[in-house]
Order: sequence, then C-alpha cells, then structure tokens
Amino acid sequence: MEMPLPNAAVIGKRDRVVARLAPLVAADALITDEAERRAYECDALTAYRCIPLAVVLPSTTEEVSAILRVCHEEGVPVVPRGSGTSLAGGALPTEDSVILGVARLRDVLEVNYDDRFIRVQSGMTNLSVTDAVEGDGFFYAPDPSSQLACAIAGNIAMNSGGAHCLKYGVTTNNLLGVTLVLMDGTIIEIGGAHLDAAGYDLLGLVCGSEGQLGVVTEATLRILPKPEGARPVLMGFDSNEVAGACVSDIIKAGVLPVAIEFMDRPCIRACEDFAKAGYPDCEALLIVEVEGSEAEIDEQLGLIKQIAHRHNPVELRESQSEAESKKIWLGRKSAFGAMGQIADYMCLDGTIPVSSLPFVLRRIGEMSREFGLGVANVFHAGDGNMHPLILYDANKPGDLELCEAFGAEILKLCVEAGGCLTGEHGVGIEKRDLMNVQFAPADLEAQMKVKDVFDPNWLLNPAKVFPLESSAARRAA
Amino acid sequence: MRPMSEDDLSDLVRDAPGALRIRGGGTRGVGNPVRGEVLETDGLTGITLYEPGALTLVAKAGTPLAEVEAALAQENQRLAFEPMDMRALLGAEGAPSVGGMVAANASGPRRVQAGACRDSLIGVRFVDGAGRIVKNGGRVMKNVTGYDLVKLMAGSWGTLGVLTECSFKLLPVPETEATLLSGPLEPEVAVALMSQALGTPFEVNGAARSEDGRVALRIEGFAKQVAYRRTALIAALEGTWDTVDAEESRAHWQAVRDVTGFAGREGDVWRISVRPSDAPGIVARAGCPVQMDWGGGLIWALAPEGTDLRARLGAFRGHATLIRASEATRAAISAFQPEAAPLAAIAQGLRAKFDPRGVLNPGLMG
Repeated sequence: MEMPLPNAAVIGKRDRVVARLAPLVAADALITDEAERRAYECDALTAYRCIPLAVVLPSTTEEVSAILRVCHEEGVPVVPRGSGTSLAGGALPTEDSVILGVARLRDVLEVNYDDRFIRVQSGMTNLSVTDAVEGDGFFYAPDPSSQLACAIAGNIAMNSGGAHCLKYGVTTNNLLGVTLVLMDGTIIEIGGAHLDAAGYDLLGLVCGSEGQLGVVTEATLRILPKPEGARPVLMGFDSNEVAGACVSDIIKAGVLPVAIEFMDRPCIRACEDFAKAGYPDCEALLIVEVEGSEAEIDEQLGLIKQIAHRHNPVELRESQSEAESKKIWLGRKSAFGAMGQIADYMCLDGTIPVSSLPFVLRRIGEMSREFGLGVANVFHAGDGNMHPLILYDANKPGDLELCEAFGAEILKLCVEAGGCLTGEHGVGIEKRDLMNVQFAPADLEAQMKVKDVFDPNWLLNPAKVFPLESSAARRAA
Repeated sequence: MRPMSEDDLSDLVRDAPGALRIRGGGTRGVGNPVRGEVLETDGLTGITLYEPGALTLVAKAGTPLAEVEAALAQENQRLAFEPMDMRALLGAEGAPSVGGMVAANASGPRRVQAGACRDSLIGVRFVDGAGRIVKNGGRVMKNVTGYDLVKLMAGSWGTLGVLTECSFKLLPVPETEATLLSGPLEPEVAVALMSQALGTPFEVNGAARSEDGRVALRIEGFAKQVAYRRTALIAALEGTWDTVDAEESRAHWQAVRDVTGFAGREGDVWRISVRPSDAPGIVARAGCPVQMDWGGGLIWALAPEGTDLRARLGAFRGHATLIRASEATRAAISAFQPEAAPLAAIAQGLRAKFDPRGVLNPGLMG
C-alpha cells in the first residue's frame, strides 16, 4: 500500500514541534522515545507500519485544542487514534505525523435515564459504555466485534456497526451530539441530548469521516432499555442459495430479528473446532436471534421456523438455555480468531443487496479457485454486510500481494452487484485506492470539499479515504 | 422550470442566471422567504427499484409520496419514520414528494424508536449549485464508504443541492397496534410518565401529550405481543389508562404526526426540539397552547402572531423553528435558530462549496 512521501521539512523541525507540545500536557503524555513510539506504528491492519514523529495523549478537550493549534501553526499532520483497532488502517501514522490518542479521555460525564442518553469522553471503550448503564437496565446498541477494546472515538470516526444493527442501526443512528475540536483548535458543540440537532446535519457528516474533519472528545449517545430476553435459533442448509432465500423470506414475512448471521462451510468448521458450539456439518448456517418476553420470542421463532421449514433445513435448533445461546454466539464471535488459528487471513467488509447474496457467493467461490486462495464467509446477512476472510500464508513470498489482488476483485464485485466497498470498517488506507470503483470524480470531489471546509490545510489524517492522486493537490497545498 | 431528467436539471441549474426556488410537491413552505424562479422537480418521477426482501426502495425525487406508500402497502412495508404531512397545518395544496420529505427531514412520532428520515435514508443523487451531478450512499443499509453526504442532504431544505433520487431502508408493518390514553395531565407529570414508558422494554414507539393534556403511548407488534405489552405497560405505569385499538390508534397518531390540532387556527406555529426533561419549563415559558411529541422532546407551540418565541424562551438546550407564520413575520424572524458562530461558519462554508453562486433557495436557512 502506497503512502505519500513524508514532508522532510516537518521531520526537520521535529525538536521544535516537540518543544512546543511539551508544555501543553503532562510529562508522561508526550511520547518521543523511539521504542515507545513504536507501540503506535500500526493499528489492527498490522501489515502496514510506520513510526510517527511523536505521540500525545491529552486528558482534556482544552489540551486537544492546544495540541491541534500548535500542529496547525507548524503545518504538522495529525493522525487521531482511538484504541487502534481499525482493520482499515484508519490510525496508521506517517513519519511526519503526530499521533493524537484519546486513550486518557475515559470519563462518564452524565447519565440521564429520563432523557435516555449518556455523555462520555470519547476514549471510553464501546463495552464500558454499556457497562455504565447495564445495571439500570439500559444498553448502548452498536456492538462491533472489537467492543471490548475499541473506543467510542473510533466508533464515531468509522461509523461502526455490529451484529445487531438490523434492528438498532449503526453508530450514526445512536449518536446525539459531539464535542469536536477542529484542526485550528476551535472547539465546537454539535447537537446535544435532544433528538434532532439544529441546522445542517453536521453530526451525520462527522460520523464516519475517519478522523478527517476534527477530533471528537465527547459524545452524547442514545441508550435504550434492555429487552426482556433474547434467543437464537440455528438453521443449517445444504446450499448458500437456499440460506440466502430463507433470509429474504424471513425479512419479507414481517418479523424483524435483531440479528441474522451467516456462515459458510469453511467458517462453520473452523468455528466449531474452536468454540464447540454444536454447529451442524452443512454448507450454510444461519443464526437468527429475536428479542422480547418468553411468549413473544416463542411466537416470533415459531414463525421463523415455519419459514425455514419451507426451505428444507438440514438442521433447525432453537437454543434451550442461556448457556447454549452464549455458546452459539461465542462460535460466531470467535470466527476471526478461529480462522486465525488455521492461516493468516485478510478480512473484507463489502456490503451487497441481500438479493444478490447467492450470486456473489458463487462468484467468490469461482474466484477463490482462480486465485488459488481459500475463502471463508461470515457475515451479517440481514443487512448484506459481508466479511469474506481470504486465507493466505504471510511467510510465502507474493502471497500477501495475491491476497490483496483477490480482495480488490471481491470488493469490485460487491460494487457491481449494487453494494459498496465497506459496510462498517471504513476506507482507511485499505480501500482508499478502490474508491474510484464506487465513485465518479465528481462524487469524490463533493466529499473532499467537505474536508476543505473543516480542515482547509488537509492536516488531519490526510492520506486516508481518498485515492492519493485525487487528494494530491490538496495535500500539497 | 420543470426538468424531465437529471441531465436537464443539471443543465438548468448550471445555466441559471439567478436564484432558484426549489419546489417538490409544494406542501412544505417552511423557511425564510426565498425570491427566485421556481424549479419544479415533479418531472422526475418513478420508483426505480423496490426489493421487499432486502427492505430497500429507490425513487426519483419528484415521485409523489403517496405512490411510494401505496407500493409499500402492497408488500406490507413502510417508511418507519412516519413522515409528517404538513398540508393541513400549512393550509397547502399539492402532493408531498419524496424529495421534499427528505429535504425537510420530515419525521413523525415514531422517531423516538425508529429514527428520523435521515436514519432511513441510505442513498441520494443530487445536482449541486454548479450543476454537478453527485451520488452518495447507495441502496444497501450498511455503508461507510466515504463521507456521509446522505445525512447532509436530509434536512438541508434544497440549499446544498437539488435531490434527484433517494434510497430508503424500509421496515415491515407490524400486525397491529394499540394506544394507551391517560386523562388530562400537567406537563411535568406527562413527561415523567412518557419517560418512564420509553424506558421500559415494551418498545413504546409513540409518546405524545395532546393540547388537552392527555398522554398517548403507542405499542405495535403481533396481536398477542401487543396484548402482552399493553398489560405489562399498564402494570409498570401509574394512573389509569384507556386503551384504543388499531383503527382509532392510527387516527390518533396521524393527528399527532400532522399537528392537525393547530390547523386553521389563528397564530404562528413553532417547533421546538429539547431534551424531554427540559420540556415542562419550556412549555411554561412559552405560555401558549402546545402539543408534545417524542416523549416531550418535540414541542409544537401555537404562539400569538408575530411573537418572537425565541426571545420569550431565552437560552435553552435545543432549538426552535418557525414553521407557520405570515409573510411579514417570516421576513422579520429567522425561521431557523441562529447558530453559534463556528457552526454558522461551517454552514456558510458548505454552502459556498456546494452552491458557489448562491442560486439554491438562497437565504432559506439563514
């Protein structure tokens, strides 16, 4: 993956930049030592690494503002970082950039059950937000697989989803307000605890802008009352097509499951070996979960099972206990880990219209044979968000490049089928140069103009999201 | 001007010698008065894609909303955000259009649970003020590819671009619904009850207080589910509740959605967005007839003509929009709440980028 050449002038004034940043934060919050900086050389897209100029870990919004103002004055690029769990290279530094990490912004600022929101500092992890309100019967809905580690700041930057967004939406649907620091240090408040923010939907713009418009230091999040209960049912089918048709029929029938997860044979096997969840030996597996009281669950699952029966499932099993439900989900949630034990893999994130599922899966199978690399499919079937895992051998010369080429072909296929390059991971550096497949130049230009307004000098996370040649003139200016 | 295709529209906007007033169905005459030649979008019509199994619909912006709703009804699906029909309130003729609904981010009572129009909107095509055709988002419900201009277009009232096509995420229509109705309650008591109801797991998706003080709570689902939830909700709440069944329930919420209580009555109509627990204080300060929706988070106020309600309310956490008033009042009082300086600068910056010549509904939002 190509990155722009670092700005030698910026690297040349490193001492001066560090000297200006030092008085702004606590002594241990400015990291300049090379060995310590190395900890920030990559995010979860570990194939690409680069040690940043310096790392700052501010503790307040005012510190963030002061840091950004100095970097703005000095013309130093800034790469914001949540917990560094991006799978797309969203937090990958460049040699001439300062990493601004929000890890020390970890407080709950306000919990209000009457108005159903929580206001937090953005370095809090996703799961800790739910932990803060769970005892009182509430939860924060978006649940990315990395929820134990990932920060709200990163969730907002990437507009993170999760397994349950068919019913509850993604981050942007659960975000009510932010405190945002612009690159020049200006602190702005967008939205609040009321349901619709005033004026243009800047909240919608900021969410998913991959840290390119500003640094979010505080967020007001919608919290929801926890459902009375939830129960999954497992369905095995002897072909992907049939499983895909079953998903479509369930949706059409008027039941809205909270999640519909899909796994194909390679993935089922790996997960079963790993988690011993009792998955059947079949071509395609669906996990469908519904929520409500016991009686409500029975009624909805009854209807879902009726639909499934019409598709001749090879297995149809409703969870009989809390423990079994946990096991069923453990298998699904450990899919990535389980595949990791078998081989190195690259995880894709394209979305397709649910109706083209069978076609896309068949094509991926054919391409897998053409490229000579295995693929396991696991994804959120209800919303068409696919996670094909391409298996490769990192120690075999050329295999990573082959894998990348295969991945690019799959993503192009997703776009051709009417879908998109990324459903919940973000573009980062990983899909940056594929943006031309999905967007015409005028489409990208319109997006880049938004960045021009928020960050006219293109200093915030500049080498991400847009194809390098599209953003070159702006970054050089 | 009435373009018949996106390309025509692009040419017309690019070559427009002066200001344009963008008009969809002409049923949402909100905002500061705009002078300019009328550009109608009702030549761009038709549902371009409807996949019930994928809960997705794509329609050209000039398509009458009624046509979309009829197609959805065939498959027992709907736009979950329950868009308000403003005709009664504004005394407008015409047929609401898809593009107008999106430009206004029109969202009704179900917003508390199902989100606003912008939350169901998954893709747009539009022509910007320089005549450039732009697409963003698409037809899939999970999409983080690039910046979300889809949200930006929702609620931008035609000031950043002229919508030509919109894609929506749909939801199934539940089997039935029911509404619990209280007796007349003071605002404090009403808001507390609505907050309590919205904090239960029974998926209350409408919580409103009518002008007469009666609180209404709506539940939807399968018949048995609705029966269960009604009983469970009544058990969880204080006071006595009447229940009305599906047909009456639907009529009640249509009246809430369209604020028909203020239709044809003298006075200006304001729409105030607040955190629910601040609502009773706001209502007291407004000192005029009100209807509350969104559990108290949305207040509709009928103020004496020409009143600057913002001055009466003073500083508060939220914003007030002047929805209905005479031409003179609308010329004197800004329709949208003035924003803090840095936010206003960003809004101005976006307008300068998307509409560099200032031809799209200039001044409508400020």
